Amino acid sequence: MAVTEAVVTVDVERIREDFPVLNRLVHGKPLVYLDSAATSQKPESVIAAEAEFYRNTNANVHRGIYQLSIEATEAYEAAREKVARFINARSPREIVFTKSTTEALNLLRYAWAGPRIKAGDEVLSTVMEHHSNLIPWQNLQNQGAILKHVDIRPDGTLSLEDFHTKLTDRVKLFSVTHCSNVLGTINPIRELAREIHRVGGLAIVDGAQSVPHMPVDVQALDCDFLAFSGHKMLGPTGIGVLYGREKLLEQMEPFIKGGEMVREVKLRSATWNEIPYKFEGGTSNIAGAVGLGAAVDYLEGVGMTNIRAHDRELIGYALDEMSRSRDLTLYGPLDPDRRGGAIAFNLADVHAHDVAQVLDAEGIAIRSGHHCAQPLMERLGCVATARVSTYLYNTEEEIDAFLEGLQRVREVFAP
Amino acid sequence: MSYDLYQEQIMDHYRKPRNKGHLDQPDCKAKDSNPLCGDSLELELKLDGDRKVIDVRFDGEGCAISQASASLLTVALKGKNLDQIRRLTADDITKMLGIPLSPVRLKCALLSLDVLRLALRPLLEPNGSPPTSDEPSSASMEQGAGSA
Repeated sequence: MAVTEAVVTVDVERIREDFPVLNRLVHGKPLVYLDSAATSQKPESVIAAEAEFYRNTNANVHRGIYQLSIEATEAYEAAREKVARFINARSPREIVFTKSTTEALNLLRYAWAGPRIKAGDEVLSTVMEHHSNLIPWQNLQNQGAILKHVDIRPDGTLSLEDFHTKLTDRVKLFSVTHCSNVLGTINPIRELAREIHRVGGLAIVDGAQSVPHMPVDVQALDCDFLAFSGHKMLGPTGIGVLYGREKLLEQMEPFIKGGEMVREVKLRSATWNEIPYKFEGGTSNIAGAVGLGAAVDYLEGVGMTNIRAHDRELIGYALDEMSRSRDLTLYGPLDPDRRGGAIAFNLADVHAHDVAQVLDAEGIAIRSGHHCAQPLMERLGCVATARVSTYLYNTEEEIDAFLEGLQRVREVFAP
Repeated sequence: MSYDLYQEQIMDHYRKPRNKGHLDQPDCKAKDSNPLCGDSLELELKLDGDRKVIDVRFDGEGCAISQASASLLTVALKGKNLDQIRRLTADDITKMLGIPLSPVRLKCALLSLDVLRLALRPLLEPNGSPPTSDEPSSASMEQGAGSA
């Protein structure tokens, strides 16, 4: 997935005009938003698409006979088709709308793993996972599953040696992040999926940090499931996606039962709607899906290869500059080809919250804390880190502002 | 919010914490942490016959706000009796710090008060006089796991 040629065809200044929030001041200074790994900002077109849906089209989907409902259904299903095309799914039937990556992974826990994992089966993950890809699997231990986690190498890449050690023919599923939200590490999903399939297991991929930032092709990766969130890819909050192979989705029971997901209901029994609808119990976030469709349009307009190249350029620049400072500890691989758009770091012994607080006074927004990856923090031997993350609307000048901000932190916390 | 947060008093207590360390034979002690931040704090107290604080120590690590708040609190505690301590509120802590705090940073600042209450619980509860409850302090301010 690495785009080594730094041919930046992203016109950042023009892109920035599309993001209203980037015009605002914070503490009297221009906002420098470097926390897109937590959530991305939204372009006018996404905000307008969601508002427009409520203004002109709002109705419940898949039910009404009337015109408005037909239009709402069309808009909702058009968004599904866009998402399917965006990740190169074979069919929109493979796209389930959820509220988030977290819900998508929980769906897999209960609808796929729950009924299938038997005592002695092994569930493999890694130490670099977000809590949302750790906790859902934990209570599979109650039914006798054995949880194993692949370690990282000192440079923050996944230890393939440890992966092979832990890969047995008892492994039924391997749930792994495509791109770490802390280390930035991009994992070799295609190779990992091939190995998992060799032992008869399934590959579940957390794409929350990869789908927004680089071209992701589920057929090329050959993963069985892919979960990601709309709000990290310019879309609204409250809409997420689960991609699943049609054959697997067909075999699964619904996760959330109620309206929308049924074919025929009797007082004591019911039969399920076809996929993907049987996984969308309750009225979906219809406007959110429409907004996500607009986000996909925007990303495709810029081009995912270009977005990846732009991220890579900024992260490469930041890594170069930051690795020159002896008081900075950087986590994750230093090669920008092997990582996504996030850099976790610590400055001397200053707590990450204090770093973020001083930067906030400069209008610079970065994340600090454990990034919902406490086991990884423990593995790295720290309680918290600061994290700077970029996206298509960030500029080199903003990285400079951030670096100057670090200088302010040094001044405030000088011994 | 700006550098005002890191005004002289706070940076002074952060760099040169008062009453940091451990007591030989504390009458009560407690330890707690704020997993959201990774702040941790331990507090030990020694009381006289009138249940007045005659000595106090804290130990821990964390951000400037949590550590300065603990240091300031230990200074304030000396000479106070249990009744006075019981009446300490979140407001008193923010007044001591003298700065406005966002909800997340407030949690850092109030860790010391939480640990203090934890330490004194055995002394206060048997008498049927639990610590005053001003719940906006920390219990109701649980931060969720948040997003990435």
